[in-house]
Amino acid sequence: MPIAGSYRSIDFTLSNMSNSHIQKVAVFTQYNARSLNEHLSSSKWWDFGRKQGGLYVFTPAVTADNSNWYRGTADAIYQNLSFLKNSHEPYVVISSGDGVYKMDFNKVLEYHIDKKADITVVCRDMEPGSDIERFGTVRMNEESRIEEFEEKPLKAKTSTISCGIYVIRRRLLIEMIEKCAEEDRYDFVRDILIRYKDIKRIYGYKMRDYWRNIASVEDYYNTNMDFLKADVRDYFFKQYPDIYSKVDDLPPAKYNVGAHIKNSLISSGCIINGTVENSVIFKESYVGNNCVIKNSIILNDVYIGDNTYIENCIVESRDTIRANSHYVGEGEIKIVVERNERYVI
Amino acid sequence: MIKKEMIAMLLAGGQGSRLGVLTSKVAKPAVAFGGKYRIIDFPLSNCINSGVDTVGVLTQYQPLRLNTHIGIGIPWDLDRNIGGVTVLPPYEKSSNSEWYTGTANAIYQNLEYMESFNPDYVLILSGDHIYKMDYEVMLDFHKANGAEVTIAVMPVPIEEASRFGIMITDENKKIVEFEEKPEHPRSNLASMGIYIFNWKTLKEALIAMNEQPALDFGKHVIPYCHEKGAPLYAFEFTGYWKDVGTLNSYWEANMELIDIVPEFNLYEEYWKIYTKSEILPPQYIADTSVVERSIIGEGSDIAGEVYNSVIGCGVTIGKGTVVRDSIIMNQTVIGEDCELNKAIVAENVQIGSRVKLGVGEEAENETAPHIYNHGIVTVGEKSVIPNDISVGKNSVVFGTTTAEDYENSRLESGKTLIKAGE
Repeated sequence: MPIAGSYRSIDFTLSNMSNSHIQKVAVFTQYNARSLNEHLSSSKWWDFGRKQGGLYVFTPAVTADNSNWYRGTADAIYQNLSFLKNSHEPYVVISSGDGVYKMDFNKVLEYHIDKKADITVVCRDMEPGSDIERFGTVRMNEESRIEEFEEKPLKAKTSTISCGIYVIRRRLLIEMIEKCAEEDRYDFVRDILIRYKDIKRIYGYKMRDYWRNIASVEDYYNTNMDFLKADVRDYFFKQYPDIYSKVDDLPPAKYNVGAHIKNSLISSGCIINGTVENSVIFKESYVGNNCVIKNSIILNDVYIGDNTYIENCIVESRDTIRANSHYVGEGEIKIVVERNERYVI
Repeated sequence: MIKKEMIAMLLAGGQGSRLGVLTSKVAKPAVAFGGKYRIIDFPLSNCINSGVDTVGVLTQYQPLRLNTHIGIGIPWDLDRNIGGVTVLPPYEKSSNSEWYTGTANAIYQNLEYMESFNPDYVLILSGDHIYKMDYEVMLDFHKANGAEVTIAVMPVPIEEASRFGIMITDENKKIVEFEEKPEHPRSNLASMGIYIFNWKTLKEALIAMNEQPALDFGKHVIPYCHEKGAPLYAFEFTGYWKDVGTLNSYWEANMELIDIVPEFNLYEEYWKIYTKSEILPPQYIADTSVVERSIIGEGSDIAGEVYNSVIGCGVTIGKGTVVRDSIIMNQTVIGEDCELNKAIVAENVQIGSRVKLGVGEEAENETAPHIYNHGIVTVGEKSVIPNDISVGKNSVVFGTTTAEDYENSRLESGKTLIKAGE
């Protein structure tokens, strides 16, 4: 998913891996993989175009004895187990691709070795009021060993959640994934973390910096809006290390007469003729004359016709909004999809 | 066997002294243009869009920034197994080592490079023009006429024709005569400095003429070919073409980009201009800012007011600052409550707060009126201007300046303050 004007959520994890000097990265994709594959078309953006290691993309494939989609996270790894078996690196970092965060995985690995852990899970204490039930919650003892792990509990007992980032020894991972597959189990969290928590030494590593997961519309909206805050921009964009992304060949943003911009992020390739307030406008979008865009997210390559009013909305990529449209999300964020034909002049 | 039908030789070694302090540390083709580009991006993009995938870039003057920018040519898809972009600096030989002494001399010194691609045609380009041109169409014209040399020309107003090399053609566009900067021009077709040569013709002419000091295409090679009776044709180009050789024309060309539908449109899908883009976040426009009729590069942070201006990447403009009719290049930081009028501020400049640029009465520049004119204030790269300074029109600031360098916190119009080398 696109984040903060010119990034995609996977850029954060990939950049963290690159900045942690991890040289070999495999990406598992399944759901609507086309745009992700396009984004990953070259590994050079994250400096993964190396002779040793590199960026691998694994989509489900039909083989003689298997024609399944990935039936779960563990199954995705199982179906590509030969990649792990043929590697020689001692440790594996597993991370989801929808987190927005900065992290040095070497610190987690040091902790993992220090604790003599079998598996280390990156955890974070959530602020009161956040939707803890959407995550896996953990309870650790005073040594940080995880004693309880519940996936999406109905009623959370702690405010510590798992960030979906794990460190594990490669051989142990292979062993456990194979055992899972023998028993027809497919899920990394349920069938490995929760099932083995009393047998294996599973530890929690607490991260305290900015971390957001964009699994829901609300989270997605709030995470993007976070980038309007100076401290969040400073943390991600100005402080070392950088976040990398694919670079498009787009001209700078252009503001014509009648453009009024307040507290907004505008990406390259945009042409703005109207009013934009408290919003994030992604790449190559066009905002027509007399438009008003407030508290909204406009994704890539959107054309907004003249005199349109949009408030509290997310407008989908590559959409064309007719002139004189009116969209207001009341009480919640509205997702706008119009799918009109665009006439290219 | 290696074979390329046409290869390009791009002359990028000139200083471009009429751009004043903008080119004191970089070659003219590496000067920033239009928010995120550099001037050389235009001919390089034209090459790849025209299907010319072998380009030799001849460098000499201050090549560091240019070399870094070009790299192995990835942004222009010029990283090829065979061909691609090659940077060609002057080099030492067992005898007669010399700098590039003229445009054609530079090409002469690289005969071996050209020979290695076994070309039929060689395209000669210069790295200091802003335009979009399909060289393949020009090559078709060259072939259709059975020309040995084709010169791209552009109709200019007859009163300005005396500033250019002028071609006089017959009804078939065959060149019958030419004049270098004539006082009384007999035609309005000006040479654009873009030539297609048959490889054999070029090689023969360069070898025959190599003793000529400061061997130049316009002055020596073209007249030589003409005298020998080789068919010379003029290819008329009517699109947008701008020589950005002077500060005023550089300023104008930038300003033309911010028209509603500019004559030179960067936003078209067709004929894209490529450049080496840094990975930068989007720009942030704060609550306190006003932005109108401007283009702004990625990663900039704008809290002030910007009108009719071209702002580069990663620029910071503080609260209360008003920027009008100006060009601000990459990574420059401007403090709060400043005022900039018709200023060209180069890369990585630091301007304090409450600084005023381009104020007061106009006065002729004391040191170089032919460079610094039209009321433009020019600030060279990596300059520092402290708080509370006022700078007049037609003036220049370059280097790390402190409050002591200014009399009563002012630099009058027409003054030059250069503290380079510090």
